[in-house]
Amino acid sequence: MSYKSSVPMFWRMKDSKYRLTGTKCSNCGQAFFPPRNLCPNCRRRGKIEPLNFSGKGEIISYTIIRSAPEGFEKYVPYAVAIIQLDEGTNISGQITGDINKVEEGKRVRPVFRRMFEDGQEGLIQYGIKWELDERPDV
Amino acid sequence: MKRVAVVGIGQTKFSEHWDKSLRDLSTEAGSLALQDAGIEGKEIQALFIGNMSAGRFIGQEHLSSLATDQSGLLPIPATRCEAACASSALAFRQAYHSILSGQHDIVVAAGAEKMNDIKGESASAALMGAADQEWESAIGLTFVGLYALLTKSHMKNYGTTREQLAMVSVNNHRNGALNEKAQFPAEITIEQVLKSPMIADPLRLLDCSPITDGAAVTILASEEAAKNFERPVWIAGSGQASDTLALHDRKSLTEMLATKVAAKAAYGQAGLRQGDIDIAEVHDCFSINEIFAIEDLGFCKKGEGGKFVEDGKIARGGEKPVNTTGGLKSIGHPVGATGVRQIADLVKQLRGEYGKLQVNGARTGLALNVGGSGATAAVHILRSEL
Repeated sequence: MSYKSSVPMFWRMKDSKYRLTGTKCSNCGQAFFPPRNLCPNCRRRGKIEPLNFSGKGEIISYTIIRSAPEGFEKYVPYAVAIIQLDEGTNISGQITGDINKVEEGKRVRPVFRRMFEDGQEGLIQYGIKWELDERPDV
Repeated sequence: MKRVAVVGIGQTKFSEHWDKSLRDLSTEAGSLALQDAGIEGKEIQALFIGNMSAGRFIGQEHLSSLATDQSGLLPIPATRCEAACASSALAFRQAYHSILSGQHDIVVAAGAEKMNDIKGESASAALMGAADQEWESAIGLTFVGLYALLTKSHMKNYGTTREQLAMVSVNNHRNGALNEKAQFPAEITIEQVLKSPMIADPLRLLDCSPITDGAAVTILASEEAAKNFERPVWIAGSGQASDTLALHDRKSLTEMLATKVAAKAAYGQAGLRQGDIDIAEVHDCFSINEIFAIEDLGFCKKGEGGKFVEDGKIARGGEKPVNTTGGLKSIGHPVGATGVRQIADLVKQLRGEYGKLQVNGARTGLALNVGGSGATAAVHILRSEL
């Protein structure tokens, strides 16, 4: 068991980790995901409000992890990317599906997936990964 | 501004030290530095030690007390500095500032890390403590993964090639092959780099600095105190800057803004420009980061770092020798020790004492130590004369 299995940590992050609730500064209009509680542009003048992100966006850089850190060994090889969300902020995320189809510039959408198992004793964590969004927008 | 000099240096061999503990390595490097400075130790008034993650590597915190205790320096004040892989450049900078402030005359700046007591996967997870734990580590990113994301952006934007990246490792190993303190003192070829196992596309094993145990120590003295030492090397400039912890929050994936800001401060204080730098020790934790360094320190235009390497300009006999003693790639990267090791190597070069690795006529050297994926950068400029 480690901090990675911290129940309180995942409990308090449930809105951001599972529902993609970020924040927005209504003073300057900038959106934040992961959420920030202080707007770095406006600081004390800022006014932070919750903002639900669609999670849709575009891959701006990606790599295939072939040597994993502790706890992720059984998932290799897996793709991770920096995704530019449509709301105008970037996030790191795993891309599910065929790693050979991942490319910069491709559209992605969020999916709910198992993320990580902390050994035999720890939590099984779920969260958001992304998949290639190859359907035309409706 | 007051003048401050480095008057003593010491470094253990960087290696997998199965028979030595963190305390063994720290005291060994400390003893070598005292011997080099020609003092006993009672002259030392304060100690600053850089260390990234002894708590996770060996379960030991409170290294400030441990280092002072084990070195027989009690009861002087001791402070641990942490900024991931830039920890000991920050310890050096704090030591420098403690003399500039007038508080102390002779102080120790050290760095130490013991990484091989735990298995590689655990060390990799511990290193991810330098990234954003909640949003980068949590999705299975690794440090080589973060630098792979930067590499791909650089390749896409500027046409940097896989071969140019390999040439960084080849250059550093060519130098490190002659460094008796290096973990991997052997030359490698471009073909070997390109055939080594893929770790995170497009970075391969021989693009990556190794996991290393080691310690390095410098002794700093005020101008007045430095008169009692034989071979002072002077600190001409010091700069430090920060950027977002998470890579995805950066404004650009093709430059290290913290490096640029820290370099500007250091050049400004020293009254020097990049053209005045004779040699540089830069943070090649992954091959791409040496290309970032060359560009962001201003040695060439943005995007031309790969060509700069390909043209041989960073070689020991080249226009701008970089990582003249092997870099992190060949010497090894005990994360919390690297910043002080870089400075100790510059001092040895600027004294003209590096034997086979000596860059003749080197009088001004620059050290760049980077923390995380670029969230901290520290630049120091040293000169043989001020």
